Amino acid sequence: MTAQAAAAGGAPDAEIPGGGAASITVEHLTMRFGGLIAIDDVSLQAATGRITAVIGPNGAGKTTVFNCLTGFYKPSVGRLILHHPRHDYLLERLEGYRTAQDAGVARTFQNIRLFPRMTVLENLIVAQHNKLMRASGYTVLGLFGFKGYRDAEAKAVELARYWLDRIHLTDKADWDAGNLPYGDQRRLEIARAMCTEPLLLCLDEPAAGLNPRESHELNSLLTYIRDQHKIGVLLIEHDMSVVMHISDHIIVLDYGRKISDGTPEQVRNDPAVIRAYLGDDEEGGGGPS
Amino acid sequence: MSVTTASGIDVHPLDLRAMLKEAGITALVIFALAAALVGFETTDIPGGIGINTRFDDVAVVVALGFFGRIALILLRVHRPGPVLIGAPVLVVVMLVMLLAQSLFGPETGAAVQRFLPFQDPVVLWGLLFVTVVIGIRAYLSRRHIASEESAQAREERLDHFAAQVQHAARFLGPALLAFALLFPFLPAANRHLLDIAILVITYIMLGWGLNIVVGLAGLLDLGYVAFYAVGAYSFALLATYLDVSFWISLPFAGLMAALAGVILGFPVLRLRGDYLAIVTLGFGEMIRVILLNWYEFTGGPDGISGIPRPSFFGIAEFSRSSDNSFHDLFGLEYSSLQRIIFLYYLILAMAMVVNLFSMRIRKLPISRAWEALREDETACRSLGINPRNTKLTAFGIGAMFAGFAGSFFATRQGFISPESFTFIESAVILAIVVLGGFGSQIGVVVAAILLIGMPEFFRELQQYRMLAFGMAMVLIMLWRPAGLLAHREPTIRLFGRGKSLESKS
Repeated sequence: MTAQAAAAGGAPDAEIPGGGAASITVEHLTMRFGGLIAIDDVSLQAATGRITAVIGPNGAGKTTVFNCLTGFYKPSVGRLILHHPRHDYLLERLEGYRTAQDAGVARTFQNIRLFPRMTVLENLIVAQHNKLMRASGYTVLGLFGFKGYRDAEAKAVELARYWLDRIHLTDKADWDAGNLPYGDQRRLEIARAMCTEPLLLCLDEPAAGLNPRESHELNSLLTYIRDQHKIGVLLIEHDMSVVMHISDHIIVLDYGRKISDGTPEQVRNDPAVIRAYLGDDEEGGGGPS
Repeated sequence: MSVTTASGIDVHPLDLRAMLKEAGITALVIFALAAALVGFETTDIPGGIGINTRFDDVAVVVALGFFGRIALILLRVHRPGPVLIGAPVLVVVMLVMLLAQSLFGPETGAAVQRFLPFQDPVVLWGLLFVTVVIGIRAYLSRRHIASEESAQAREERLDHFAAQVQHAARFLGPALLAFALLFPFLPAANRHLLDIAILVITYIMLGWGLNIVVGLAGLLDLGYVAFYAVGAYSFALLATYLDVSFWISLPFAGLMAALAGVILGFPVLRLRGDYLAIVTLGFGEMIRVILLNWYEFTGGPDGISGIPRPSFFGIAEFSRSSDNSFHDLFGLEYSSLQRIIFLYYLILAMAMVVNLFSMRIRKLPISRAWEALREDETACRSLGINPRNTKLTAFGIGAMFAGFAGSFFATRQGFISPESFTFIESAVILAIVVLGGFGSQIGVVVAAILLIGMPEFFRELQQYRMLAFGMAMVLIMLWRPAGLLAHREPTIRLFGRGKSLESKS
């Protein structure tokens, strides 16, 4: 399948570039804000156990797609199907917070949104809220200190500890999250999203503002998540060293439309992408690398 | 050209003209206001009302504004020197003049005091207080420039102090409780002191209740007294119409108040910050106005009287002549103090329940979700936390405790009317929480003793109470906006307390 063919139609049943079973299927997603069409009839699929990157010039509508997927916007038109082992969820019909609670879609934000005055560990425990609420008998049983809740809390700490070890923040577990260096905050936000035990992880520019070493650490964290936890990872990124190294599948948006969809190799050589990034002049060559 | 001191503060050269201009404008504004407000006074003269002019007072007010502004400008540009000299001089002069009668004898004293600008001693003492505050600020500013201590370092020091107090509260708390338990049997305890203690503990309980809403969940509630009123009226109406006893209607009153909290919560959940505060303020007034106007049911402005006093857990009554009276049951002499002491223990027990609840709930997911919502609601939604239910729980629980306190209030007073539930009450409870420090249990105790206990001992200054309140709030906002003893202790730690302190320093 050529990149152009995918861009033109996007038949949902087609095989996903980069392989894997579909984790999310987006069909004919359109998002209007008054007269402005931010996303125009975009269809895409992201696979489980693969990293899918959404790239595009500024204002292409990448974050808007994310906001639709994660329940922050209600799309004007379109279907968002999350393939959950139990049954498929239609995300556009779920109330905002339920996207994360029931369907298992977790996200991070372009401008980091931690709970700055809570500790690193508390940030990770808050992410396991729904599980712990059930364990605490919706607060009633927890008030009397029943063993069931204490066990659940110990387990939650264990999971938090696991992710702290992965992001190398174990020794800073009791720091206020707001006091962490920038790069650590980025990684903590990813760990917090992972603590919700999601099926699909959406990362909005995770490498923004990171130095090359931190960027490299991020790459290994993301590939670890993909390989060990077998979940779908969807990321928006400008840093091509991250995108080209770790993605299995790339989707390119421009002016709210999908202009290319394929493996990194296909997208790199797609004339439509080169045009979008470098203008009409064909002399540019090289692609976004 | 500016000079930078060691602590990184720019000390600009003084622009005398700009300074005089600013002070002049201030003086002009004050003159425009004071000319009418202070300049004329109506007095009773035989046969009607006459007008007194007090232009000398206007001149004094304008001069005070002018020099006060200059002092503030000097502080602003980090040149506290002149203020540091001027303020103490003024304080000494005013003190001498105020105490002239006792220093120089009545005659010379009176002659000296004729030079005082205002004749009302309270205004003068207030003025003295303000001068002392400005002087202290000048001193702090000077020390601040000299000591290289940045604002952040100071904040950390204060936080550390609050942390130590909170840590000490683990031992101090039980000690305080033991004292509170023994208090009625101390020789010094009389009816008056016990009444004050009951009042203070009622406000401590209300403060702890509101702390859940404001301190933990970060929802600024200016109408908290509405739930107090709902609790009080629930019990009073149940008792007078249906003859239900205190102990049976107590849970019901709490339930009704919680319901009111949830009903208020639903429409205002989308609002944040100031908007929420305004709506809760309106809700508080609504409840009061309903109570005031629903004459057939609530008695309107007449209130409800003859609310039954609580019995000794339904076993015995606190009365001189009854079939099963408390003093007969325990073979004691009858004393009207017995009921007061019982009420004291009752409110103490209720307050301790709220305290225990608040401490336990901090370790539960719901409380962490409240704090997380306060920090960042958007992030909470992305983690699958339901913001609506979580906020409603906070509102409901806070309201429930106010309802309990309300029914206690009703049974203690025996009479309630809408007058007891004005906005001022909400403001006082909020002031206790703000002064004590958001989320600090011990801070609420300290603040309640300061704000409720102290005024009871200075009843003659009653009319200046709100003035003092306002001043205390302004000082807190200047000195430590989070509250005197605000310090957030993590709800869970991976390592012990010692290790993390070590790693921070």
